[in-house]
Amino acid sequence: MRPNLVKAAPWLVVLAMFLLWELVCAGFDIPEFLLPAPSAVWKVGVLQFEPIMMHATQTFLTTLAGFAIAVVVGLLIGMAVGSSPLLYRAMYPLLVGFNSIPKVAFVPVLVVWFGIGTVPAILTAFLISFFPVVVNVATGLATLEPELEDVLRSLGASRLDILGKVGLPRAMPYFFASLKVAITLAFVGSVIAETVASNLGIGYLMMSASSSMNMPLVFAGLIVIGVMGVVMYELFALVEKRMTGWAHRNPNGAT
Amino acid sequence: MSFVKFENVDLAYAPGGALAIENVSLEVREGEFVAVVGPSGCGKSTLMKLISGLRMPSGGYVYVDGRQVGGPLKIVGMAFQNANLLPWRTTLDNVMLPLEIVEPYRSTLKKARSRYEAEARQLLARVGLAGFEDKYPWELSGGMQQRASICRALIHQPRLLMLDEPFGALDAFTREELWCMLRDLWQLQPFTVILVTHDLREAVFLADTVYVMSKRPGRILVRREIELPRPRDLDVTYTDAFAGHVHELREHIGRVRAT
Repeated sequence: MRPNLVKAAPWLVVLAMFLLWELVCAGFDIPEFLLPAPSAVWKVGVLQFEPIMMHATQTFLTTLAGFAIAVVVGLLIGMAVGSSPLLYRAMYPLLVGFNSIPKVAFVPVLVVWFGIGTVPAILTAFLISFFPVVVNVATGLATLEPELEDVLRSLGASRLDILGKVGLPRAMPYFFASLKVAITLAFVGSVIAETVASNLGIGYLMMSASSSMNMPLVFAGLIVIGVMGVVMYELFALVEKRMTGWAHRNPNGAT
Repeated sequence: MSFVKFENVDLAYAPGGALAIENVSLEVREGEFVAVVGPSGCGKSTLMKLISGLRMPSGGYVYVDGRQVGGPLKIVGMAFQNANLLPWRTTLDNVMLPLEIVEPYRSTLKKARSRYEAEARQLLARVGLAGFEDKYPWELSGGMQQRASICRALIHQPRLLMLDEPFGALDAFTREELWCMLRDLWQLQPFTVILVTHDLREAVFLADTVYVMSKRPGRILVRREIELPRPRDLDVTYTDAFAGHVHELREHIGRVRAT
């Protein structure tokens, strides 16, 4: 009984939210151009299924491209920063400062450089999502136990040996945890850029729908983004579990 | 001819800063079992870093095997209070780790893997870990992890084994079991051991020679040879001769702490 409840709980919560939403819309007679009821959103979703899927695919691929760059760049910077105390000190303020800039403010710059379209969206997704990867990989490497390092160094291990045998495997749980965060941020990045400067993607679809007061379509777009985010998050949570099971062991001994 | 030799060694961690150890001179024969005892923070662990070449002395000279130490030595095995096993590797793979780093094993590991693996299994069996080779560290008890950690320190047949309070975190019974394990390993195939410990009974039971160090900056106060006959059995710890050694060392430590 209990395990089933735990499994069903997230679905029940989502269902309850939609129900409440529907009831509020019907009960207070809220006009559709302010807050469309889920049923209205569903209707639009079915009617406009093909254009929505087309834009969603665009957003999805854009996000994945930005995310892929973020993983590679984040891993490289994280490895550099995490394995050298000097680089750590030197680079961290710059990285934090850069991360503090709202990326929406950076989109116009990207548009000037690369024009309107997919490239700024990919880059925004990359810029917004690489930071957690850097921080996590760097933390994983920098918190290596000094005794363990001594054991290896006394054997004559090079820095590369230590990184490969201990540092990176040890940083993997941090790395995979950061992927979950990064993929959802990447969606935020690509949608922001599409809203400001694109004529493709869910962001653009929502922008144009809201300018013609087609609120059900706007909400359909929001829900599609949310669903994509959850699916990708769960996917990477699964990958994390598969790759780093040793770090998520049950303290009672059973794995 | 001595295997490890310290000549008036000083070490300050920061240049010009406070000394961690001061004017330490000692000599260790090849195959000798040495224990270093002293109050906490007396620079015992510093001694280990100097011998293994992880630190250079600020003054004086450190020789190992007739050569001045100028960098990490590869003839050393180390184990610490924390077993520090890698949680993503099985016990066997943890023990084999040094073979992936130290020559000549490193370059022959691919070809001779099964032979090395057999050696590792044999070593694990010798410390009572047969059947646990393919378990992960978290599936082992603290004492078992420490046994595996000592196997890892010995797998590449180092001529010098350095132990930094390896049994400090274990309960009294497990600790005595591991003393015997270490004694047996050493008796079977003598290597030089430098054991840093708080435990005077441990030092007297295992060592040929016990050094007492002072508070920071660490200096060697006393050198005491333990001439109890070998092989020693746990029963020896209840003899008067044994108690006499422990008492005497305890007095030195007490005097150090009082000052």
